[in-house]
Amino acid sequence: MKVKLKIWRQKDSRSKGKFEVYELDNVAPDMSFLEMLDSLNQRLVREGKSPVAFDHDCREGICGSCGIYINGRPHGNDHRTTTCELRMRRFKDGDSITIEPWRAAAFPVVKDLVVDRSAFDKIIQAGGYISVNAGAAQDANAIPVPKHNADVAFDTASCIGCGACVAACKNASAMLFVAAKITHLAQFPQGRVEAPERVKRMVAKMDELGFGSCTNTRACEAECPKGISISTIAKLNREYITAKLKD
Amino acid sequence: MSKLNAKIPEGPLAEKWTNHKAKLRLVNPANRRKLDIIVVGTGLAGSSAASTLGELGYNVKVFCYQDSPRRAHSVAAQGGINAAKNYKNDNDSVYRLFYDMIKGGDFRAREANVYRAAEVSNLVIDHYTALGVPFARDYGGLIENRSFGGVQVSRTFYAKGQTGQQCLIGAYSALSRQIDKGTVTMYPRREMMDLVVIDGKARGIIVRNLVTGEIERHSAHAVVLATGGYGTIYYLSTLALNSNGSAAWRAHKRGALFANPSFVQIHPTSIPVLNDHQCKLTLMSESLRNDGRVWVPKTKGDPRKPNEIPEDERDYYLERRYPAFGNLVPRDVASRAAKERCDAGYGVGPTGLSVYLDFRDAIQKKGRKYIEENYGNLFEMYEKITGESPYEVPMRIYPAGHYTMGGLWVDYNLMTTIPGLYAIGEANFSDHGANRLGASSLMQTSGDGYFILPYTIADYLADEIKTPKIPTNTPEFDAAEKEVKERIERLMAINGTETATSFHKRLGKIMWDYCGMVRNEEGLKKALTLLDELKDEFWKNLKVPDTASELNQELEKANRVADFLELGKLMVYDALNRRESCGAHFREESQTETGEAKRDDENYSYVAAWEFTGDGKEPILHKEELKFEYVKLQERSYK
Repeated sequence: MKVKLKIWRQKDSRSKGKFEVYELDNVAPDMSFLEMLDSLNQRLVREGKSPVAFDHDCREGICGSCGIYINGRPHGNDHRTTTCELRMRRFKDGDSITIEPWRAAAFPVVKDLVVDRSAFDKIIQAGGYISVNAGAAQDANAIPVPKHNADVAFDTASCIGCGACVAACKNASAMLFVAAKITHLAQFPQGRVEAPERVKRMVAKMDELGFGSCTNTRACEAECPKGISISTIAKLNREYITAKLKD
Repeated sequence: MSKLNAKIPEGPLAEKWTNHKAKLRLVNPANRRKLDIIVVGTGLAGSSAASTLGELGYNVKVFCYQDSPRRAHSVAAQGGINAAKNYKNDNDSVYRLFYDMIKGGDFRAREANVYRAAEVSNLVIDHYTALGVPFARDYGGLIENRSFGGVQVSRTFYAKGQTGQQCLIGAYSALSRQIDKGTVTMYPRREMMDLVVIDGKARGIIVRNLVTGEIERHSAHAVVLATGGYGTIYYLSTLALNSNGSAAWRAHKRGALFANPSFVQIHPTSIPVLNDHQCKLTLMSESLRNDGRVWVPKTKGDPRKPNEIPEDERDYYLERRYPAFGNLVPRDVASRAAKERCDAGYGVGPTGLSVYLDFRDAIQKKGRKYIEENYGNLFEMYEKITGESPYEVPMRIYPAGHYTMGGLWVDYNLMTTIPGLYAIGEANFSDHGANRLGASSLMQTSGDGYFILPYTIADYLADEIKTPKIPTNTPEFDAAEKEVKERIERLMAINGTETATSFHKRLGKIMWDYCGMVRNEEGLKKALTLLDELKDEFWKNLKVPDTASELNQELEKANRVADFLELGKLMVYDALNRRESCGAHFREESQTETGEAKRDDENYSYVAAWEFTGDGKEPILHKEELKFEYVKLQERSYK
C-alpha cells in the first residue's frame, strides 16, 4: 500500500523545525510502524538525503525508547500499544499520516522525532528508590507481601517511562509517571521509612523540571501503552498529603 | 598454543569462593573515593556493579548508549531468574543448580565459576526483593516459583513475563540512588569507541557523544565492560536493535582475549519471520513451555487449521522424543528439534518454518484466568504482532539467535587478559559453557555485579591507591582518540551507494546460514570467503549521510557493522576449530545416531580464547583446559 507521511524535521534543539512530506510506496500491512520508517530512511540515505532520526531499541514494547505522536496521538491510535508495536495493517492505502515528536517543555527536541526525557531520570534520582545496600537484605520470604499488593506493584512497575502520559497531557504533567512509581513502592513494607521524603522530593523535582500540574483530564491514562490507571494519582495525592501533614 | 591460567582457587568446590574472598585484599573507605572506576553498560550487570561500587564509596562513571540507563536490553528478559532457595521443598540446592548449569552448558563451562554463580543466587533474590521488585507471590504473601527448560525443580523467580524489566527497574533505582548521592556519574547517549591501555593496564575509554558527535576521553583506575552480547550479528535476532559487540571487540583488538565466540544460543520460542522488511524477531518466553505443548501435524503439509486437527493426528514431538523432560528440554535441543521437523516438511504457517505452541489443554485444565495471570502480557504481545489470539489458536514459533555464551575471556576474578579491564554479565564468557540454562542469565549478570566484581576488583585496586587520578592528555589517549576520529572520517568519506543496514542484512544471512543453528566445515570455510568479500565491499561502497558532528544514527550503525564484519570472522574461526558438537554449537559432522550433539571430551574440553594479531591476520588460539572434579562428564540426555 501507499502512504503520505507528514514528518516533523528539526536539525537540533536550537534550530527551528518544520514539516516535510514524503510519499512511500510498497508498504506491507504486516510491517511495524517503525519498520515503515526504516524503509523510508533507507530510501532517503540512498537518495543522499538526511534520514529521519527517531529513538527506538528493543522493538517489542518494553524498553520505552520509542515514542512518536502519530496523527495527534502518542504511539498512534491503537489502545495500549507502543509505537514499535503498532502495525501498518492499522492504516489504509492512501492514508496521510502526521508524525511528530513528544511536545512538552520538559522534553526538549534533540533532533527530528528524538526528545530528551532525562527529566524522568532526575525525578527517580530524587528518591524514587528503596534505600538498601547490596548484601544487606534479609531472606526474600522473611517479610510476606499480600498477593494483592504484589500485583498492584507489578501493574504500576510495568511503566516503561516512555513519556506518552506527559505528551498526551494538555499541561504536560508528569503525574501519572510519578504516581506509578510512588504506588509501586508504596506496596511494600520495605522503604516505608523514607516514603514521606520520597514523595515530597519527587513532586518537588517534577515541578522544578517544568512539568505542568494535573487537572484530571485522564488523557494520560487513555494513552498509556501499559494501561496504568489514574487511580495511582489518587494514591500519590494521599501519600503526598500524609507526608505534608507530618511536616 | 599457550595455556591460560584462570586463577581458580584451590580447595573443595563449595569452599573455593569463601576461601578466596577471605584472601582478597580490601581498599579502605578513605581510599575508595580517590579511585575512579568506569562501567560501560547499564543493564543488570552494569547497573548492579555501578550501584554497588558507588555504595562502597568508589568514584564511578557509568556509560550507556540509550537515553536512559533504564532502557538497557536486560529490560526485555521475560521468563525469570533462578536461585537455589529451595522454597518449594523439591530438594533443590546450590549443588543442583550448579549441576544443571554445568550439564545445560554441555560441560564447556568452568566448574568453579558456575558453582559460585549458584552460590550467590540467593543473595540476588534477597536484594531484588528488598529493592521492591514485585516477584509473583501466593496468597500467603510468599514468593512463587516456577520451573524452566532443562530442569526438574521449580527454582525460577518471576514477575509474569516481565522479570527482566522488573529486575532492571530495581537495579536502575539503586543506581539512581547513587547518582543522587553523587558517588556515580551517569553519561547517557555515549558509545564506547575504544579502550585506552597505558603501561599494559586499562586506564580509560574513548566515547562518542551520540548527540553532539563529540569524541570524549574518560580515565579511571579500572574499566568494567558490561556491554551485553553480540547476537545482533545475525541481523534478525531477539535482541534490541542497538545491541552490539563493538566495545568488546575494541577491547579484543587492544589485547583482551575473546573466548568461545561461536557459542551463540538459538532460542527455540521466537515469533517466526513474517516478511522481508522485518528488523527483528520477538522472543516468547521459554516459561510458556511449562503449560504450552509443542506439536506439528503428523501429515506433511496438512492444510487444515490447527484446531481442526484431531488429537491423534498431532505429533507432540518433544514429548515423544524426550519423555523425561518433554516440552521442557533445554533450548538447543528444542531448537534443533523444531528445525528437524520443519526441514522434514512438517512445519506449519505460510513459510513452513514454524511449529505450534498450544495452550488448549492448559486452558481446559487450569482455566483461562490462570493462563492470563502467568502469561497474559506475552499473549498480548503475540496478538499485537501476528493478529492472532493464542487463547484461541496455537502460537506459531521458530528458533532465533538470542544470547551469546561467548565473550571476553576472564579469570576467576572476572578480569580479562588486560590488567584492570573487567568483563561481567553477557559480555564475558565464563558461566554458560556451550549453552545457557533458562533463567540463569539474569542470575549470573546480577551476581557478577552485586556480589562478585565488587570484591574482586578491590584486590586489583589495592595496588592502585597510590596512583593519582589518571590524566587524559597522555600519548595513549591522544593516539586512541586519533584512531577513532580517523576511522569515523574514513566511514564518512566512502560515499558509496549502500546503507549500513543492507550490509548488516547480508552479513546476518551469511552468519545464520553457515554459522547459525548448525555448522559444517564446508559452510564455515565458505563463510570466511564471503565475509572477506563483504568487508571489502563495505569499505568501498558504504553510504553514511549527514555529518559526524551531530546525532547520526546511520554512522552509529556503520561503526557497529564494521566491527561485526570482523567479529563474524572470529566466530567462524572458532566454529571451525571446534570439531565437535556441544550445546548450541552443532557441527553436522559430529552427531549421535539419533541426531543429538556429540561432544569430544578428549580433544575439546577447553575454552578457546583467541588473540587478535592484526587486521586481516589469523588469530592465535589459546586454550584453557577445563577440569571437572565434581561432576562426571556424561552424554547430555533428556530422554
